[in-house]
Amino acid sequence: MLQQAFNGLVGGAFYALLALGLAVIFGMLGVVNLSHGAFYMLGAFGAFIALDSFGLNFWLSLVLVPPLLGLAGVVLERLFVRRLTPLDPLYNFLFTFGLALILQDLVKRQYGVNSQQYPRPSQLDGTVDLGLFTYPAYQVFVLGVSALTCLAVWLVLTRSRVGMIVRAATERPELTRALGIDVGRWVTPVFGFGIALAAFAGVLAAPMRAVNPLMGSDLIITVFAVVVIGGLGSVFGSVAAGFAVGLVSALGNLYIPSLSQTLVFILMAAVLLWRPAGLFGREEAFR
Amino acid sequence: MRNMRWSGGLAVAGLLLAGCGGGPGGGGGKISNDKIVLAVLNDQSGIYADTSGRRSVEAVKMAVADFKAKYGDKAVTDKIEVLSADHQNKPEIANSKAQELYDRQHADVILDVPTSSAAFAVATTAKNKKKVFIDVGAASTELEGKQCNKYTFHYGYNSYMLAHSTGAEVTKDGGKSWYIVYPDYAFGQDMQKTFSTAIKEAGGTVVKTDPTPFPNDNFSTFLLKAPGLNPKPKVLGTMHAGGDLVNLVKQYNEYKLRDKGVDLAVGLLVISDIHSLGPDALAGTRYTDMWYWNLDGTARTWADKFQAKAGVRPTSNMAGNYSAALQYLEAVQRGGSDKSDEVVKQLEGHKFDDVFARHATIRAKDHLLLHDAYLGQVKPASEVKEPWDYVKVLKTIPAAEAFQPQPDPSCSL
Repeated sequence: MLQQAFNGLVGGAFYALLALGLAVIFGMLGVVNLSHGAFYMLGAFGAFIALDSFGLNFWLSLVLVPPLLGLAGVVLERLFVRRLTPLDPLYNFLFTFGLALILQDLVKRQYGVNSQQYPRPSQLDGTVDLGLFTYPAYQVFVLGVSALTCLAVWLVLTRSRVGMIVRAATERPELTRALGIDVGRWVTPVFGFGIALAAFAGVLAAPMRAVNPLMGSDLIITVFAVVVIGGLGSVFGSVAAGFAVGLVSALGNLYIPSLSQTLVFILMAAVLLWRPAGLFGREEAFR
Repeated sequence: MRNMRWSGGLAVAGLLLAGCGGGPGGGGGKISNDKIVLAVLNDQSGIYADTSGRRSVEAVKMAVADFKAKYGDKAVTDKIEVLSADHQNKPEIANSKAQELYDRQHADVILDVPTSSAAFAVATTAKNKKKVFIDVGAASTELEGKQCNKYTFHYGYNSYMLAHSTGAEVTKDGGKSWYIVYPDYAFGQDMQKTFSTAIKEAGGTVVKTDPTPFPNDNFSTFLLKAPGLNPKPKVLGTMHAGGDLVNLVKQYNEYKLRDKGVDLAVGLLVISDIHSLGPDALAGTRYTDMWYWNLDGTARTWADKFQAKAGVRPTSNMAGNYSAALQYLEAVQRGGSDKSDEVVKQLEGHKFDDVFARHATIRAKDHLLLHDAYLGQVKPASEVKEPWDYVKVLKTIPAAEAFQPQPDPSCSL
């Protein structure tokens, strides 16, 4: 039981990383980034290509791939997203959705729909004794890294000047601007950062999950549910909801496997009935 | 002037004669639209695109070329067209594409159609339009049961074949107790039932069966639970396919279940899955297939030709499409007509051997192709001598034992 709960947290680690990226992007730009899953997939493929074509190992990929894709995110924001944000939100909705399909199909065209091989880093091949039970080392690593990343993002947002500006710009963009802070300057890096987080999750996923063009679209639906549960745009909420949803689906699989497919969405519906803005959301997010 | 008119007349007469006189084997007039049209309808962009998809279209084109080479001038016609369409695994798209292929593009036969729900839709269309449909890609036994009809054939494999070979053989071999996990949709549910039956018949027990969400990328709950079940299962049977299977096997290895005494058996394994995972991830896993490219010299020669064209080794599904197309053309040749009723008559009860189907009979009562199946075992990477050489064939399961011994009584053609 304890082990299963731990399990759920590992699954939740991916939700949390992805949801975190979505939340900062939504908070800062008001854009629901539907291409987030595609960037998660590109992260995993980036790791695969780095290994397959350039012989770069997992650790280098973990350091190199997310910034590179983050940079792609920056370009994307400059060229397209920026032009669409002043318009109806639907435009960016459609744009990012279309982009996801294009990216997916480009990868499909090149590599087919079959999964690609990606080995576990040999340093993390064994198991770790956690006192109460032993657990695959890689999964412990994933959980640890993801928790640290979420914590680091949280600290940056709450303790640093940059974080303060970003939070202020998220909550009251007009007021922040009125105080003489150039909000626009921070929009692009935040978008890139959100994308980099998705890519980071993708690289982490490569050794333990099937690396194929559809891996992102399979996962992202659940992640959207996570973001909604946590409260759209709430950074803390999305992380907490990510881990919580991981936990709930693991326990759901254990006790009521026939329902596990729908459990997350039942949870989402229940949360929305109880708190329409999500667990940690503010009503303002909907304006 | 007069001479010219005469020669023109002669030319027209000659052309007319050539048209009516027709080819050998029963007259060109019996070929509708003066050509045979084979249409491959399958998944060309989704999860099954690499197990069949466009490469099966290539395989069908090879069948046409081989047919023409074999009969030359004696061929019933030399106008044979191959069409293809993407059904995206959706029944409603499969249905409308099938109608379009039969009606507007004059397809004489539709081939492949993976995903059982899509196959049922095409079977119904084939029945209504009285056109031939040979399904290669779908697994459901209902195609030769409740959904069977005069114009539909099921060619290659089905869930009975997979379950009765893998389930029974692994159980007899000491894997007496099973924990089965299956994706929660029609294919998984069907596989779970047939596997459970086969295991019990072979003297084994099914400790537990669990549905998993579909698609799913996290199987840790089930994998953690497996060794703790009471009694502890000796075999983890997975009925997953494609990306789900890859996820499950990666995580099975991560939890080191084999070291904990829980072996892995896979319901439906395609050679491209082994390629995705690397043989070591699956080493020792037993599964059943309808064909293997390195089965023997005949299969290998064909696989070489295929690789030269398509760039990869063929999956059994691609070889199945080749065979189905070839046997369709042979039936047209024998009967001298591509009229559906005549082709069906020629196919029913036909016995043959080809690159793909050995000791094969098309059972007249339910239109199921009976042929030899193979129990394979995945080799460890150290034993893999060449690319794609991942499987050791442990045993040939004779045609008579591989498939349902009796037609399903609910089928009436």
